[in-house]
Amino acid sequence: MKILVCIKQVPGTSEVEVDETTGVLKRDGIDSKLNPYDLYALETALQLKEKVGGHISVISMGPPQAEEIIKESYMMGVDQGALLTDKRFAGADVLATAYTLSQGVEKLGDYDLIICGKQTTDGDTAQVGPEMAEFLNIPHVANVVKIIDICEDHIVVEMDMPDTIEVAKVKYPCLITVEKGIYQPRLPSFKLKLATNDRKIPFYGLDDFDDRDENNYGLSGSPTQVLKVFPPQANTDHEIWQGDSEELVGKLCDKLQELKFI
Amino acid sequence: MAKIIINQEKVKNPEELMNLCPFNAIDYVNEYLEINAACKMCNICIKEGPEGVFELVEDTVKQVDKDAWKGIAVYVDHVEGNIHPVTFELIGKAKEMAEKINHPVTCVFMGHNIKEKATELLHYGVDRVFIYDDKELEDFRIEPYTAAFEDFIASEKPTIVLVGGTTVGRSLAPRVAARFRTGLTADCIILDVQENTDLDQIRPAFGGNIMAHIYTPNHRPQFATVRYKIFSAPERAENSTGEIEMRSIDKDKLKSNIEVIEIKKKEKVENLEDAEVIIVAGRAIKKEEDLGMIHELADLLGAQVATTRPLIEAGWSDPRKQIGLSGRTVKPKLIIVCGVSGAVQFIAGMSNSDCIIAINTDKNASIFNVAHYGIIADIYQVLPSFIEKLKILKESSVDSELLKLVEANV
Repeated sequence: MKILVCIKQVPGTSEVEVDETTGVLKRDGIDSKLNPYDLYALETALQLKEKVGGHISVISMGPPQAEEIIKESYMMGVDQGALLTDKRFAGADVLATAYTLSQGVEKLGDYDLIICGKQTTDGDTAQVGPEMAEFLNIPHVANVVKIIDICEDHIVVEMDMPDTIEVAKVKYPCLITVEKGIYQPRLPSFKLKLATNDRKIPFYGLDDFDDRDENNYGLSGSPTQVLKVFPPQANTDHEIWQGDSEELVGKLCDKLQELKFI
Repeated sequence: MAKIIINQEKVKNPEELMNLCPFNAIDYVNEYLEINAACKMCNICIKEGPEGVFELVEDTVKQVDKDAWKGIAVYVDHVEGNIHPVTFELIGKAKEMAEKINHPVTCVFMGHNIKEKATELLHYGVDRVFIYDDKELEDFRIEPYTAAFEDFIASEKPTIVLVGGTTVGRSLAPRVAARFRTGLTADCIILDVQENTDLDQIRPAFGGNIMAHIYTPNHRPQFATVRYKIFSAPERAENSTGEIEMRSIDKDKLKSNIEVIEIKKKEKVENLEDAEVIIVAGRAIKKEEDLGMIHELADLLGAQVATTRPLIEAGWSDPRKQIGLSGRTVKPKLIIVCGVSGAVQFIAGMSNSDCIIAINTDKNASIFNVAHYGIIADIYQVLPSFIEKLKILKESSVDSELLKLVEANV
C-alpha cells in the first residue's frame, strides 16, 4: 500500500500582530512547527502501514527551512519525503497551493491513498485537500473520524456530517482528510532520528513539474488576492472595570440583573 | 507572472528592510536583497518600505467578462432534505448584496425527494430554486454533488456562490471552485459587493491577529464559505414568491467511486451554537480541576461551557466545545469569557454575541477590544466570589418567592 501524507510548516504561535496605534505589523522571534493537525494524518498513515504494510511518503510546500518538518516526520517513521520549494510558488492562495501540491504528487509517482490533516492552524481553511483531489481527479472524503477497514482496493471510513456519521467505502486512489483525535499521534523517536539523520530530502521546483507554466503558480496562479490587511476592529461601545474583587463582583451582578440574566 | 522586485540601487539599510517582512521572506545574501519562497504577497514591504525599493510587477492578463456572470447563488445545505439554518442566513446576505447590484438570488438544491422541502425556501425571498433530484444524490458523495453543482454553475453563471461552512460545505465548495479554476475564500466574516460585482471577503488571516480583505479580481464565479451564526436569517414571509425549476443531469456524470454503506445517527450532544449563555475558559486556567469553577458558574447561569484551543490541545475539553475558526462559531445572548487573551481566530468565532463580558489580568489583551464589559482581574480571584454571590442571590430570590407564596396564602 502506497500512502502519501501532505504536511505543512506553520508559525509556532500567532506572533504576527498589528500595532494598534500605527497599524504596522509587529514581529517577534518567529519559530515554526509542524501543523498540529498533520500529526493525526501522519499517525493514521503509520497505523495503516503497521496493519497492512506499505510505504509512506510525505510532501510539503514551503521555503527551504520547511525541510525540518520532513525530518520530524522521518522521526515518526515516515519512509520518504519531498519538499516543493521555488520562489515562483510564493503568494499562492488555496487554488495555486492545491495545484502545486497536485503537480508534486504526480512527480512522486503512484499512490493508493493520500491523507491530509483537517486544516492548518495558520490558514484554517480546510480546503487544500479537497481542491488537490479535484486536480488529481480522484474522490475525496473530508472530516474522517474513523478508519473502519482497509482492503485491497478500497478503504472504509466514517465521515463526520452535520447531524450524522456517514460510513463510506471509497476505492483507491483517493484522498481523505482526517479529524483531530482519529488516533493518538506518537512522539518522534530518538532512535529513528539517528537512523534517518542522513536520509535525503529532495527539493523540487517548477522546472521539475509536468506543467511549467509559471502563470499557474504562486501569486499569478491565485484567483484570490489580498487587497489589504488590518487589525481587527475594536468595539468602541465598551466599559472597562478595575478594582478589588468584591467591587467587581458587585458590578458584574448588578449588570447581569439589569440585563435579566439573573 | 506577478512578483515583487527589489530595486537594489535604492537599498540603503538592508537589515531594516529585512525586518519589514512579518514572514521572514526577505533575505540578504552576498550583499544582495532578495525575496524567498516564504513571501505571502501581502505587499507590506511595498507599503511600509522606503519609496521605490520594493515594487510589484504584474503582467497583463486576459480579463474575465464580468457582465457574463449574473446572480448570487446559495447552496442549500441539508441532510435528508432537512435544510440547515445557515442556508437562510446566506439567503439573507445574498438578498442584501443582490439588491445593490440588481441581480437575482438563486438557490441550488440537490438530493432525493426534496421538492416539498424546497417550497420553504420561497418564503425567504429567493427568485429561483434549482432542484437536482436523483437517487444518486440521496447521500452526500463528492463526485455526483460536484457534477450537479458544476451543471448549475455552467448553465446559470452566477457571479457569486455562497456555501455554508458546514462539514459538507467545506468539502464541496473547494471541489467545485477548483473545477472552475476560480477563487474560494473560506470562513468569511464580512461580505459585501462592489458595483463591478467584485465580492469583498473579509476573514482572519495568516494565523495572526490580522484581518485580510480578500477579493477575486479576475475570475468568476467568486466562491465564499461562511459559518453558521455569522449572519442573521431574514424573517420568514407568509407568502411565497419565486419559482422552482427542476433540473436533470446525465446519469453518467453521477457515477462515484464512493459507496455509502450506512448513515448513523450521532449521539445527541448539546450544540454550542444553540446556547443562549456561554462561559468560556481560556489559557489562564492552570489545571484541569480548575475547570470545576467554570462549570459551577455555568450551572448557576444556565449556561454551556466552551473553551479555547490550548485547553483542547491539553486534552481537558471536548473539541466540540471549542470556539473559534477551528471550532464553532457562536452568537449567544451572553458570553462570559474567562482568562482568554483573544486571538483573532477565537474572536472570529464569538464577536457577534449580543453581550460580551471578558475577565483577564492583562489590560492590553485583545479580548477587551470586542468585550462590551471588560473586567481587569484574575479569574482565580473574581470567579470564586462571583459564584458565592450568585448562590446568595439565588437563595434570596427563592426566599422572596417563598415569601410571596406565604403572603399569598395568608
